[in-house]
Amino acid sequence: MKPASFEYYAPTNVDEALARLAELGYGVKVLAGGQSLVPSMNFRLAQPPALLDLNNVQELFYIRPTSDGGVAIGTMTRDSQVEHDALIKEKFPIIAAAMHFMAHPQIRNRGTFGGAIAHADPTAQLPAVVLALNGRMRIRSQQGERWVAAEEFFVGPFTSVLEPEELLVEVELPPTPAHSGWSYRQMERQAGAQALVGVAVMVSLDEAGKCRSARIAFLSVGETAVLARQAAQMLTGQKPTAELIHAAAETAANVDIEPGGDIHCSVEYRRHLAEVLARQALTEAFERAGR
Amino acid sequence: METKYFGKRIQRNEDPRILTGQALFVDDVELPDMLHATFLRSDYPHARINSIDISAALARPGVIAVYTAKDMGDYWKPGPLLVPAPTAIPGVVFNKRTQVPMAREEIRHQGEPIAVVIAKSRYIAEDALADIVADLEPLDPVVDVEKALEPGSPLVYNDLGTNLASHVQQENGNYAAAAAQADVVIKAHIVIDRGIAGAMENRGLVVQWDPKSQHLTVWATTQAPIALRNGLSGILGLSESQVRVIAPFVGGGFGPKIMVFQPEEVVLTWASMKLGLPIKYIEDRQENFLAMTQERNQIHDAEIALTKDGKILGVKDVFVQDTGAFNSYALTVPLNTQTHTTGPYKVPNYYSEFRVAFTDRILVTPVRGAGRPYGVFVMERLMDLAAKKLGLDPTEIRRRNYLQPEEFPYRTGIIGQDFAKNILDSGNYPATLDKALEMIEYEQFIKEEQPKLRAQGKHVGIGVVTFTEGTGVGPYEGGRVTVEASGKVSVATGVGTQGQGHYTSFAQVVAEQLGVPVEDVRVVTGDTDQFHWGAGTFASRGATVAGNAIHAAASLVRAKILKLASKTLQVPEEDLVLENSEIHSATHPTTCIPLGELAVKANPSRGAVEPGAEPGLEATAYYGPPYGATAGGTVAMIVEVDTELMRVEIKRYVIAHDCGTVINPLIVDGQIHGGVSLGVGNSFFEKLVYDENGQLMNGTFMDYLIPRATDMPYIEIGHLSTPSPLNPLGIKGVGEAGAIPTPAAFAQAVENALADYNLEVREIPLSPNRLFELLEESKTS
Repeated sequence: MKPASFEYYAPTNVDEALARLAELGYGVKVLAGGQSLVPSMNFRLAQPPALLDLNNVQELFYIRPTSDGGVAIGTMTRDSQVEHDALIKEKFPIIAAAMHFMAHPQIRNRGTFGGAIAHADPTAQLPAVVLALNGRMRIRSQQGERWVAAEEFFVGPFTSVLEPEELLVEVELPPTPAHSGWSYRQMERQAGAQALVGVAVMVSLDEAGKCRSARIAFLSVGETAVLARQAAQMLTGQKPTAELIHAAAETAANVDIEPGGDIHCSVEYRRHLAEVLARQALTEAFERAGR
Repeated sequence: METKYFGKRIQRNEDPRILTGQALFVDDVELPDMLHATFLRSDYPHARINSIDISAALARPGVIAVYTAKDMGDYWKPGPLLVPAPTAIPGVVFNKRTQVPMAREEIRHQGEPIAVVIAKSRYIAEDALADIVADLEPLDPVVDVEKALEPGSPLVYNDLGTNLASHVQQENGNYAAAAAQADVVIKAHIVIDRGIAGAMENRGLVVQWDPKSQHLTVWATTQAPIALRNGLSGILGLSESQVRVIAPFVGGGFGPKIMVFQPEEVVLTWASMKLGLPIKYIEDRQENFLAMTQERNQIHDAEIALTKDGKILGVKDVFVQDTGAFNSYALTVPLNTQTHTTGPYKVPNYYSEFRVAFTDRILVTPVRGAGRPYGVFVMERLMDLAAKKLGLDPTEIRRRNYLQPEEFPYRTGIIGQDFAKNILDSGNYPATLDKALEMIEYEQFIKEEQPKLRAQGKHVGIGVVTFTEGTGVGPYEGGRVTVEASGKVSVATGVGTQGQGHYTSFAQVVAEQLGVPVEDVRVVTGDTDQFHWGAGTFASRGATVAGNAIHAAASLVRAKILKLASKTLQVPEEDLVLENSEIHSATHPTTCIPLGELAVKANPSRGAVEPGAEPGLEATAYYGPPYGATAGGTVAMIVEVDTELMRVEIKRYVIAHDCGTVINPLIVDGQIHGGVSLGVGNSFFEKLVYDENGQLMNGTFMDYLIPRATDMPYIEIGHLSTPSPLNPLGIKGVGEAGAIPTPAAFAQAVENALADYNLEVREIPLSPNRLFELLEESKTS
């Protein structure tokens, strides 16, 4: 469990990093917190010829409010910093709640917010949470900058729209509307273990107490974090009664997702969990929205 | 007995060093010009080796040597049988197939080594693994233990013509006759799985052949340093005095580190002698999953025959056990199962039969519990089914069948792992039940708490099981106790250590005898140059066997001290007191001599020593028990099951435990905690999953889950003491206590929590996924 040899680059600013990416393309892998990359290198599952270490790029470490009332998170911001940040706690308590389930504190001290997004692990919490929050990604290369919505960003297991010469530099989260509610629920076999199923839910109510919007994002049920669109549609414009929530959860589990089975969780159990968790999360989120 | 150190809850001598990173572990050994080894391991569970081309690996800069089995010539041969075949059991079938250094013609399990690379760094060595071209022809693997024994199964050993490794039948009384008279006979098919030992420290080895001194030094993570030295010297053709094995601090063993003459040990000592340079090999976690010995499943068809008032007339158990590709450790695991099944109960008629099968998997050797938890699980499940059938409270049916304190020593008539007919030396099982029920407030729980919680829709249940633990088996251990000129005391023993606190508990035994502070007693264990007689640390025997040997040696030294002090101080021996590192008169306390000064007098630099006298205040003694000491206890556990998510939480865990006389309750608590953790793992986490091709599906800690701190309940321990009559200190072992009863208690508690589902737990581990399936089945049935 020793990595193969590799070249190592440690730029101190984004321009330098982008130049290196342009030069090396597929021959370089970006090192953020290293909590997934380094183990896979030790297992020799990944043998990148070169690493581009962003840990000295100070301009990528930040959490700041945006002009529209949202928050922008620099790609290198440590997970634990996001988890305990006052602004995040105030505006997006779902992030801190979900992070509680994300591996262990030691790993969150080193792991980075952008790293977890760029890694695009379908069993990870942050892609689903950012999807539920309708976040967008700021991507830079020497050619310029582009923005990609979370819904477009994740394309497959450990695969995103990022091109080899591109760098994810920021995740931006839009403000949540008034009368919003959130919930994060998951089932795991032990603290810090991979979620068998997880769900991040964001809802908002209109003045009449009807569901204005619902975003239900699952993890560990497919090739990427998955939005349950039909379930959301069932809820939109309706009073979120217990019966409706039950029906929406059932639709989410049986129509919106196509989960696979593995040694810890059969397809049937996974659908069962998805339904239970979606029901619990929707109930809790609507309760919070109504307060 | 009033004691000053013995029996006291004191902190461990070794902890400051361990906690501050100052303790020597094998990987801390750094030697000049040391090389690093890694092994090419087979991905196939079963394959023929057509050819192995090592030329590209040899050409890689930094690679010093690459060897395959063929390079080893006549040195290559299957290892010895570590435990003899149990010929004492009439009619036993035992087909011996022991582990080989590296696969030569045929690969028999995934992870079996087929080549070794020795290089200037581990990095280079791992790079070179990819340079080796092995032409392997896959063969049909033998994966499933039951299918392995069916006609027409592929064979692990063609020359054997069968996968049957052994077949053992034992009977005490006549089960068939008992069953014929019974009011009820209950049958159960029970499947039990266990897994890796999962020690924090993987295996490690540093070997150093010094060509000039013609001496081999081996640092090894072993539980049996003396056996390793003796065996390696024989294999290498060296004198035992040319080989020194040091087992420094070992970060957990839990059984598999008892396994000696492992491929790595045999190959690398040979390679070091060939190269004349030291070599380090540190097993990584991935290899640990694929190459370190483990335990796996047993499948039982068991039955119990009772009278209508719940008296056991007989038990029958027929099971199969997977031994993997080899059976170097013979039958210790299934024999432990066989002897522990009837446990604390009076079972007048007991029939037990097992068949062991070879499969293309890693060989099975004992892991903490070592077959005992399987037996306890089977018996306790039978008791629970019987209680349900007869309408008895689970605790009541147990109470009606316990062996009573006055019935010891009790002969079960079954031959155990030490090849002697099993005798339970002593015990008081009803007392452990009473204590556990009192601690968990059993009556209050079932009459008030549980109905109240059930009314709230909560699924809470309780499980109560009693178990025995055969401990402290022979053959023997020894110890040497020496008072040094400083007044401090050194102790040497060969038993080895794997983190159990021997540096403290042995020191307490000696401190008590010699009147010195515990921290002034320095214990060396696991260095064959310091003491070279002994068997090893396994089977919960360290404290019992080595502890009594050291006690005997300390008592001899005490006698020497008294004799010499009496002469020196002119005080009769009866009037002498040993305390605070000095010897003084009880009646005239100022008449005294420091212990160190006395030690110097015992080792004079001039003058004549009387004929027959031995120099110094030193003695060596040995202790070998006639048979094992039986510990036991009762566990009570309350669980809550979330029937939506299938989460099971242990709300309370109580153990009333009896390991005879306790040297240090703090250490005993720690042993129980560790054992319970393993038991919790067996209850709902740990299972090695192989696919139908024999590929391990969960060979990392990401997929193979072991309990962590967050999974552990608070463990409430009640100590009872029924001293063993077999040894002077009255000690019984405790190393496996927590592991043995936990799965059985867990199953009963889960079943009780899900009483309204009519569900029977006949297997372990019970993952959330499996619980989901069982609940779904119970809904449709």
